Amino acid sequence: MLRFALTRILMALPTLLIVAVSVFVLIRLIPGDPAQLMLGDLADPASLADLRGRLGLDKSLPVQFGIWFGNLLHGDLGQSISSQQAVLPLILQRFWISAQIVLVAVLLAVLVAVPAGVIAAWRQNSSLDLGLVGLATLLLSIPTFWLGLLLLLFFGLKLEWLPVVGYVSISEDATRGILYLVMPIMTLFLHEIGVLLRMARASTLEVLRLDYITHARAKGLSEGAVLWRHAFKNAFGPTWTLIGLVLGNLLGGIAVVETVFTIPGLGRLLVDSIFARDYPVIQGCLLFVAFTYVVVNLVIDLCYPIFDPRVTAQ
Amino acid sequence: MKRLAPNALLGGFLIGTLIVVALIGAVWTPYDPLQLSFRAKLAAPSAAHWLGTDEFGRDVGSRLMAGAATSAWISLLTVTLAVVFGTAIGVVSGYVRGWFDRIVMAFNDALLAFPGILLALGLLAVLGANKYGIIAALGIAYTPSVARIVRGAVLSLREREFIAASRVMGNSELFTMARHILPNCIAPLTVLATSMFGYVLLAESALSFLGLGVPPPAPTWGNMLAGSRPYIGQAVWLGIFPGLCISLTLLGINLLGDAVRDRLDPRMRGM
Repeated sequence: MLRFALTRILMALPTLLIVAVSVFVLIRLIPGDPAQLMLGDLADPASLADLRGRLGLDKSLPVQFGIWFGNLLHGDLGQSISSQQAVLPLILQRFWISAQIVLVAVLLAVLVAVPAGVIAAWRQNSSLDLGLVGLATLLLSIPTFWLGLLLLLFFGLKLEWLPVVGYVSISEDATRGILYLVMPIMTLFLHEIGVLLRMARASTLEVLRLDYITHARAKGLSEGAVLWRHAFKNAFGPTWTLIGLVLGNLLGGIAVVETVFTIPGLGRLLVDSIFARDYPVIQGCLLFVAFTYVVVNLVIDLCYPIFDPRVTAQ
Repeated sequence: MKRLAPNALLGGFLIGTLIVVALIGAVWTPYDPLQLSFRAKLAAPSAAHWLGTDEFGRDVGSRLMAGAATSAWISLLTVTLAVVFGTAIGVVSGYVRGWFDRIVMAFNDALLAFPGILLALGLLAVLGANKYGIIAALGIAYTPSVARIVRGAVLSLREREFIAASRVMGNSELFTMARHILPNCIAPLTVLATSMFGYVLLAESALSFLGLGVPPPAPTWGNMLAGSRPYIGQAVWLGIFPGLCISLTLLGINLLGDAVRDRLDPRMRGM
């Protein structure tokens, strides 16, 4: 187990390093003086010269990367051009907003989609199964930004049950804060049901046709016990891995949902920074989301043996 | 010949319709999609404007047709770009093996560590948000997944007898790759390209929706949806029809993808 964990952690390190190199190279591909890019057009010559010195722009590219990477390890991602704030605290503050939406949505989607997928597989080709798969495929095909718009139209404008757009921090006003989060969470929840249900069903079907399921039934176990103890536990692995990918993909693509509901999350921060050419923030967001994605998948992998002890044996 | 599955029929119908509408939209639309008409501002669907008009009085149906052409064309170019580069990288890397393969794949996998449209967003920050920027950004962003899949296929292909035979006959490595490895990658590539068309179309709409795609006034489904947001309370049709177009296209691609997989892998039928 320890060996498995160590190898898996060591495998993630080169990926993180190359991610850092890619982001460094990406920003350096922009024509112009990096110091000017980092400080914006309004910077005065003294601070430009100062930053050039600190970034080591008169030295070779590998040395520049070394300096940059050193700062990165200290959590120094530079300063936002437009707001003059340090980038990392800015990102963390926005990340929390996005993370609560994504986490709650995925948790709810797992709780609904996985049992539904197992039941669909159990009753394969019945009308219940066809209905569930049809619904999942439909939900999967509706882009989140349109689904959000439809929810907003129906619950916000027509029924007037929920506030239309905006964001209130839960720590400031719990009730209103939650009300503002209902529709964004519902949007992602409905979309991810489609993805997760199909996966849970497919991997359960794989397992249900194996001999030990027939054996479990033959020895007189109830259908519930066969499904839960023998089928579900063995079939959950692929879905568990998919949850990690889903979390990361949502974080990478949440900008559209945040745009629909005008939520000041991480996705919106990145898009606004692209519009404002706020390169330190763009760079910070890219690094942060990619790192989070790698770490989430690492944690998912490390938890995998809890569901399926066979993987550590390999 | 087996009877076609219902999901293949429905998927084929949806995608067929898209192709026809996009082809017609490229050459002819009922109204000029850019023609402003302040007398017909925010008009509800009627006999003259089947799908209504937008805040500038432009015909929504015509804009959707022109948008279909633009989105389909962008997606097609993007998929081609990703398939060509991804295949080249995957074939060479998988065939040559060794340190070259290890370095290329390390970078490839690191690029795959950018989830969803994040890499495309980053590239757009560098390339600039316009039609060619979006094609290049999405093309580069999807290249690593093609490279990974093609390399996997090549790794098993290169151990087969006919590849050894080609070498023994004295063919150059380049000839063997082009003549014997590449043609055998076409089947998995076709399946991959079909589903990728869906991802790219969705990504393109999402980026246009964010205002980072094709700039207005040129219509795309994504920027039409984004433009509808301020008027959605008074002009529902502005928000409904573009989203319906995107969803039906994606549904068609998902259904076709399922049907193709059922056919190629009968064991997975009904999954």
